[in-house]
Amino acid sequence: MSKMAPPEEVMKVDYSTPAESWMDVKPEFKLGNYSYPGKPDVLKYLGLPNPREWNPVEEDWKLPPDWREIVRDGFRELLKKYRSLKVFMDVCVRCGACADKCHFYIGSGDPKNMPVLRAELLRSIYRGEFTVAAKILGKLSGSRKLEEDVIKEWFMYFYQCTQCRRCSLYCPYGIDTAEITFLARDLMNRIGVNINWILEPVANCNRTGNHLGIQPHAFKDMMDFLVDDIETITGRRVEPTFHRKGAEILFITPSGDIFAEPGIYTFMGYLLLFDYLDLDVTWSTYASEGGNFGSFTNDKWMKKLNAKMYHEAKRLGVKYIIGGECGHMWRVLNQFMDTMNGPADFLEVPKSPITGTVFNNAKSTKMIHLVEFTADLIKNGKLKLDKSRNAGITATWHDSCNTSRGMGFFDEPRYVLENVVEKFVDMPAQTIREQTFCCGGGAGLNNGEFTEMRLRGGLPRGNALRYVQEKFGVNTMSCICAIDRATLPGLADYWAPGVKVTGLHELVGNALVFEGEEERTMNLRQEDLPGVEGSEEDE
Amino acid sequence: MAGLVTAFLAVVALAAVAALGAGAGMANVFGIAVPYVAVAIFVAGFIKKVIGWASTPQPFSIATTGGQQQSLPWIKQSKFDNPSTPFQTVVRMALEVLCFRSLFRNTKLDNRASEGRVGYGSDKSLWLFSLMFHYSFLIVLFRHMRFFLEPVPMVVTGVEFVDSILQIAAPTLYLTDVFFVVGVSFLLARRIWDPKVSYISLVSDYFPLFLILAIALSGIYMRYFAKVDVIAIKQLAIGLVSFKPVIPPNIDWSFYMHFFLVCVLWAYFPFSKLMHLGGVFLSPTRNLPNNTRMVRYINPWNDPSIKPHSYADYEDDFREKMIEAGLPVDKEA
Amino acid sequence: MYNGKYIIPGLIIFLALVLFPFIKGAGLGPLKVETEKPKNSKECVLKTEKMRDVHMVLLNEWRDDVIRNGKRVYTNESGKQFNMSLTNTCMGCHENKDKFCDKCHVEVGVNPYCWNCHNTSPLKKEGEK
Repeated sequence: MSKMAPPEEVMKVDYSTPAESWMDVKPEFKLGNYSYPGKPDVLKYLGLPNPREWNPVEEDWKLPPDWREIVRDGFRELLKKYRSLKVFMDVCVRCGACADKCHFYIGSGDPKNMPVLRAELLRSIYRGEFTVAAKILGKLSGSRKLEEDVIKEWFMYFYQCTQCRRCSLYCPYGIDTAEITFLARDLMNRIGVNINWILEPVANCNRTGNHLGIQPHAFKDMMDFLVDDIETITGRRVEPTFHRKGAEILFITPSGDIFAEPGIYTFMGYLLLFDYLDLDVTWSTYASEGGNFGSFTNDKWMKKLNAKMYHEAKRLGVKYIIGGECGHMWRVLNQFMDTMNGPADFLEVPKSPITGTVFNNAKSTKMIHLVEFTADLIKNGKLKLDKSRNAGITATWHDSCNTSRGMGFFDEPRYVLENVVEKFVDMPAQTIREQTFCCGGGAGLNNGEFTEMRLRGGLPRGNALRYVQEKFGVNTMSCICAIDRATLPGLADYWAPGVKVTGLHELVGNALVFEGEEERTMNLRQEDLPGVEGSEEDE
Repeated sequence: MAGLVTAFLAVVALAAVAALGAGAGMANVFGIAVPYVAVAIFVAGFIKKVIGWASTPQPFSIATTGGQQQSLPWIKQSKFDNPSTPFQTVVRMALEVLCFRSLFRNTKLDNRASEGRVGYGSDKSLWLFSLMFHYSFLIVLFRHMRFFLEPVPMVVTGVEFVDSILQIAAPTLYLTDVFFVVGVSFLLARRIWDPKVSYISLVSDYFPLFLILAIALSGIYMRYFAKVDVIAIKQLAIGLVSFKPVIPPNIDWSFYMHFFLVCVLWAYFPFSKLMHLGGVFLSPTRNLPNNTRMVRYINPWNDPSIKPHSYADYEDDFREKMIEAGLPVDKEA
Repeated sequence: MYNGKYIIPGLIIFLALVLFPFIKGAGLGPLKVETEKPKNSKECVLKTEKMRDVHMVLLNEWRDDVIRNGKRVYTNESGKQFNMSLTNTCMGCHENKDKFCDKCHVEVGVNPYCWNCHNTSPLKKEGEK
């Protein structure tokens, strides 16, 4: 961060294109624009091929001797398994509508971050290796042969994509770069080209139940710590349970929420809400991860990690599952879970025990979003909320990529937000809802070494935030994604200093008025509430 | 740049081949053999490509959602940007295919670093001109049915009448001829002068544009300048579709050039990006409903042997620590 | 084949559209267009081939000359003079629109608007047969 130029400088992006053809421009690895490779012991644990020490900045990447065949065969296999890949390889007309939609392109000006060119990195090999038509014209037709430099380019640019799918919204054929990136990463994993910040969480999640590798007893300790904090703040002792068989609901949220600020405040919000409702809900340390870094790896690991949710729900005999605030978690839950690990015929269609609302939109997966659940409670007048507990907050809403373009989750969170804060203002229309910009940290790119590129990629989001900060005095950006909660504070510090990042249920937790409660003097962050400075005079 | 020049020269060469060849007594080749071969390649190639896509499963339902999902009853769903039923999905597809819905969203990056502002203003030019181009092409193609159908159906005459409604000159000017050339010229100009688009452009991007432009210009030349003998041309066309091919006398060289370029387009079509005509219908981010929490989507190659790291194994791994922390376990130590 | 219930009908529609002219055209005889020849004249304003290609241009020029320039007489290459009139000159010889003009026009779907204003045959003077 210290060597990062100030935002005014970073904003001056050079969008000019090089004189030479993109095939002749070699990727240049330097600290800040790539992520560290997967560690050998992690690869061994996961049974992934070619575990070794290697360094992207070095010439020799120690690929297996038959890497070309592996990639070729892998490509062929994926073309047989994924119609998406086959169609997307064939139909692009290179109209360029996607070009300036990518936050990494907007922030870096690197033409290979234009989604069309990112896909061409793969498409050129597809043409060169698998099509007859292009063979006559060779390089002119945009086809080329597999060389080590191609793999290096793939590693650079398929790990400079957060699978946010913004480009896919604008593409006249719906070409989805997230799909292309996902499959390119799958191919690279077959020859041991991957990043540790994805694979280590996958390994952790498999063994300990969550990405962060928190073991069960530690998870319980952390929960106790938060329970103590809640008591300090509200005077109430909430009593979450673990692995309670026969509970009505299993609750699963990303482990980031229990691990670090500001996620922990959201976590406290969940606990308070469940206590307020006296909800028959239980937690699991085994299924203690909502997110799914397998979805940044390959379809096998996505399925394997996700399978724990139903496995645990079945073991505990719950009726249905509620999921916490997370982005890619909900892409997986909405678009992949039932296909991979369903049918969940041992569960019941979710029905709110408080309002009686039946969630028919989740009648097959039997898993609902906590924000849907909360919105329904508020609509039915089941929550007593005091907005003044969030006084002083002028909030804006960050739509997370995955819940936006992989689900369409816009009005539910806004409804909840508007009921818990006094002032709410949206960022400009082209930067929210389905057109929302990524935080820059999705798809496994929230690692420390990638900070510089991530902050550049954060330009569009940061600039939109800066705009509402200056124009409307926005001082809080709320969101429903654990990656966002980890990424956006750094983004805000850089692009719009002074804006805080909160989860939605942190604000709900603040606003919840319990019957016969002690008057609250601080919020969940243990900051004094506005207007209660009087209490300090007593000291 | 190399791509641009190569494509241009290729089209010029093709045009010259037909213009000279037909004049040099090869009218049979360009008027009979080539068209049959081109149509055969087009039909077989197109179907083969689509069957190729169709024989590959789409493992997951991955709609790109462009609006509010179906949710609680009091939340208004964007039915056609985020469909949850087959009917809504059909409407979404129709909007995509017929109105270019996604291109209509297009914006243009405007990074004003000196003002500290980044904007994304609406930019509908690509939408407008590509829509103009595609619909003109469709109408032009449809109008040409007057040569291939006997008698000419009323609907073709009707379209012809509307298309020449301004009654400019004789033969009357078709509006779609103008729109067609304007549309394709815009697409070509954009490809050449927009640095981003030019950087990604290949021979296979320029070639169809030059080819289509050459087809349009040669057609315009035939109608408005050479005033070719259309009855003779219709005799040739009817000869082809009735499988009794003839080469009538009095057909201008420009016809063979025009016709040959069209044949090249048909034959080239299945092997090129022009297959977006078929592909757009098969795009899984558009043609699937976002109802995957309501209805289970089936992946034919879903591997049931992939199991989670089981709870039992997990407990075996951590039992002592769990008991010590007071967490319930299935098996006591 | 996956999603065949959508794709196969799609392909059938595609095939039907593309092959429609062939399906419709199979079995058609050679196309012949026979126009009725004038009974009392052997020579047209221009040569037959030329007339076939550019008659519409000529008529347009005549219209402009008559209406805008007040010129009524056309002299052809061989010096023969004609009254610039569709109805009186052209249709004086080619008497039957249905059997002459329309033969080609209908054949290729052309719909000239000449007769929106003009008569299809010369006005007969009283007493003339």
